[in-house]
Amino acid sequence: MSFEVDVSKALGDRMIEARFAVPGGLTVLRGVSGAGKTSVLNMIAGLLTPDRGHVVVNGQPLFDAAQGANLPVHRRRLGYVFQDGRLFPHLRVRANLLYGYRLAQPEERWMTLDEVVAFLGIAPLLDRWPRSLSGGEAQRVALGRALLSGARALLLDEPLASIDPARRSDIIDAILRIRDELKLPMLYVTHDPAEAERLGNQLVTIGS
Amino acid sequence: MLSAADWDIVQLSLKVSLAAVLITLPFAFALAWLLARGRFPGKLLLDAAIHLPLVLPPVVIGWLLLLALGPAGPAGAFLDRWLGVSVMFRWTGAAVAAAIMALPLMVRAMRLSIEAVDSRVEDAARTLGASPGRCFLTITLPLSLPGVVTAFILGFARSIGEFGATITFVSNIPGETRTLSLAIYSALQVPGSDATVWRLALISVALSLGALVASEALSQRQRAGRSGHVL
Repeated sequence: MSFEVDVSKALGDRMIEARFAVPGGLTVLRGVSGAGKTSVLNMIAGLLTPDRGHVVVNGQPLFDAAQGANLPVHRRRLGYVFQDGRLFPHLRVRANLLYGYRLAQPEERWMTLDEVVAFLGIAPLLDRWPRSLSGGEAQRVALGRALLSGARALLLDEPLASIDPARRSDIIDAILRIRDELKLPMLYVTHDPAEAERLGNQLVTIGS
Repeated sequence: MLSAADWDIVQLSLKVSLAAVLITLPFAFALAWLLARGRFPGKLLLDAAIHLPLVLPPVVIGWLLLLALGPAGPAGAFLDRWLGVSVMFRWTGAAVAAAIMALPLMVRAMRLSIEAVDSRVEDAARTLGASPGRCFLTITLPLSLPGVVTAFILGFARSIGEFGATITFVSNIPGETRTLSLAIYSALQVPGSDATVWRLALISVALSLGALVASEALSQRQRAGRSGHVL
């Protein structure tokens, strides 16, 4: 499993650029606020189209400007965990978790609901509405939802940003266990050097 | 108590209004979606055109409908030639007039609701494997449902009250196009029919009040229930 990313995009008067190639494991993308880290993640996920360059995951080109290739977001199978959770407000936790699972082909699924619920310790939350969850609980559900969608890698955009500092270690533990036990490749965006230090096998700096 | 004739008027009004709203709903949703999400030249003009029935005298709308759907009109000739139907002087024509008059209210309600759907939540659905169509059906549509319900109720209430465009377009024919408003107007022309006017007016009040209370109750239930912020 590997990521090869070489993209650039003009956003307003800013130029977002990133160029790196990393093997599996957890790669921290760091950089100062406003360097365009989230935009880079969005380009890898397909939510934003780069002006030039390519995105290759595990040998499969997801985007290649030169060849005019651009795989739609929903076919990329990259689980995205956003800064703000983005759970579906009209679905209970269980239905949120199963949203991507039901859309995935059977052969793409590699975890069951029970396994994910046990892994993240979210059994008591299953019948709750997203609005009743704390930031940390919502983020664990968001992680579970991404895992269940049959993702072959995770993109995490400052997943601790909206969580009470005292509760952050729960999420960090879950992410480290995803790295070590599930061996899922991850790109993790943060601007916090301590967080980067604790998590990263590899560090990539975005922007100068 | 209501007489058999009163019941016929009420039933006709309900039939016309329901038909008007049900036919309009999908078109109004599509227009609301275009106005909320679309970026295209002429958007302002489309927006203004949809709102015309709200500001034009209803009698003008009725006259325009006569021009378009009359036997010599383009739409009327098309319907007659290909489907062998005419809406002239029929209850279906009354439904068309009510639909046009209700359209702006319905589009407005649904547009606000669609604009309130967080497009970032739709992005999340796409990263989980939802195609654009599925994302629309499972995320956008359910999240904008309160607006659809409001549009339905407002459109229905507006249709029940429709008068000017209807009487201009399909006249005032008992049992066919004489809806509640037209029946009240007709009764007012006949000396000594105060009791009829009272009964029909009270029915109008009850129907409109019922619709507004239902709309408010539904929106309160929405607010108290599951909808809310995303995290």
